[in-house]
Amino acid sequence: MEVYLSLFVKVIFVENLALSFFLGMCTFLAVSKKIETAFGLGVAVVVVQAITVPANNLIVTYFLRQDALSWLGVTGTDLSFVGLISYIGVIAAMVQILEMTLDRFFPALYNALGIFLPLITVNCAILGGSLFMVERNYDFPESVVYGVGSGIGWAMAIVALAGLREKLKYSDVPPGLQGLGISFMTAGLMSLAFMSFSGVQL
Amino acid sequence: MAETRKLVTDPLIENNPIILQTLGICSALAVTSSLGVSLIMCIALTSVTAFSNLSISLIRHQVPGSIRIIVQMVIIASLVIVVDQILKAYAYEVSKTLSVFVGLIITNCIVMGRAEAYAMQNPPMASFLDGIGNGLGYSAILISVAVIRELFGAGTLLGLEILPLVKNGGWYEPNGLLLLPPSAFFIIGCFIWILRTVKTRQREKIAFQIMDVQVKEHA
Repeated sequence: MEVYLSLFVKVIFVENLALSFFLGMCTFLAVSKKIETAFGLGVAVVVVQAITVPANNLIVTYFLRQDALSWLGVTGTDLSFVGLISYIGVIAAMVQILEMTLDRFFPALYNALGIFLPLITVNCAILGGSLFMVERNYDFPESVVYGVGSGIGWAMAIVALAGLREKLKYSDVPPGLQGLGISFMTAGLMSLAFMSFSGVQL
Repeated sequence: MAETRKLVTDPLIENNPIILQTLGICSALAVTSSLGVSLIMCIALTSVTAFSNLSISLIRHQVPGSIRIIVQMVIIASLVIVVDQILKAYAYEVSKTLSVFVGLIITNCIVMGRAEAYAMQNPPMASFLDGIGNGLGYSAILISVAVIRELFGAGTLLGLEILPLVKNGGWYEPNGLLLLPPSAFFIIGCFIWILRTVKTRQREKIAFQIMDVQVKEHA
């Protein structure tokens, strides 16, 4: 149990996807003008990440890894080179299914998250999460914890940045630095602050 | 001819993908702590962008609009797999350092963005050049950031010692902050600041103007 708890805390703070690995930066900087929209996108990322990382874990374990097809009676296969295309396929399909399910059964949630879902397919935090999961050889329960935790970490970072940017409107920024420039500086300072978590162990 | 040249040179400064279009920032931040690694990343991204633009443009009349995104995804992912396998075969050390970032070229918004915005409407040759141009625009930023970070952070360029360090009997005290990831944010932020001070056309509209400090040109 402690293993999972420690992994959970580690992916949220120490190995935050947005602030330590800079994944999902494009949307991180583009959709962080308002807290509300940032929160909506954050929730969508948590949901998608929590589904796709374990799903990709199953695919890797039962199809792609060396000799993974032995449950079918086939041995000596190594399909890991088609990994990238299968992960992105799973992500695109999952996002599409999620969109249709939400539309059918939870229209209120669909209206709130709807516009963000297509954006998520090309969010590198999602693909990055799956790639890290493969690189670090997580087993199934670990991948569930990793998916949920990394999603929450990313969501927290974007909500925090949106909060800072809302406050920034009271400050007098030089014209050339307006908008994108100052957001880069702010994100840099946040990431510097997050570096103080490195080395924390539970 | 002038048109063709514009396709390649325009994205370098006038319409830079990283600075102006805010595309492809993730890898620009993460892989720039050493110049050698950045160079490999630039070559990989430029070739993927160019060839994905070329192939998507070739089939643009055959692909129905409703499934175009997934078709683009498949083409891009296949190209990235090729690049990834080549790196693993010929530059294994570098591919270990780049770790997941080679795979993340798939979701690099420059590739997707150019495919959607340019290659879907334009003939193959022009799309190919547009891909090269945008790849070079990305490379220009990546390489400048990497040069600053490696030179002042470690005193070396491509692993060769340029500024002799104090601990090796030289005079240069390295700035360790530049080797840490957050420094890339500050460097790119400064690039944006410089570029937008010189080229005022690229400035963003000021969203919240404070009354007392209203600047003439924005009033």
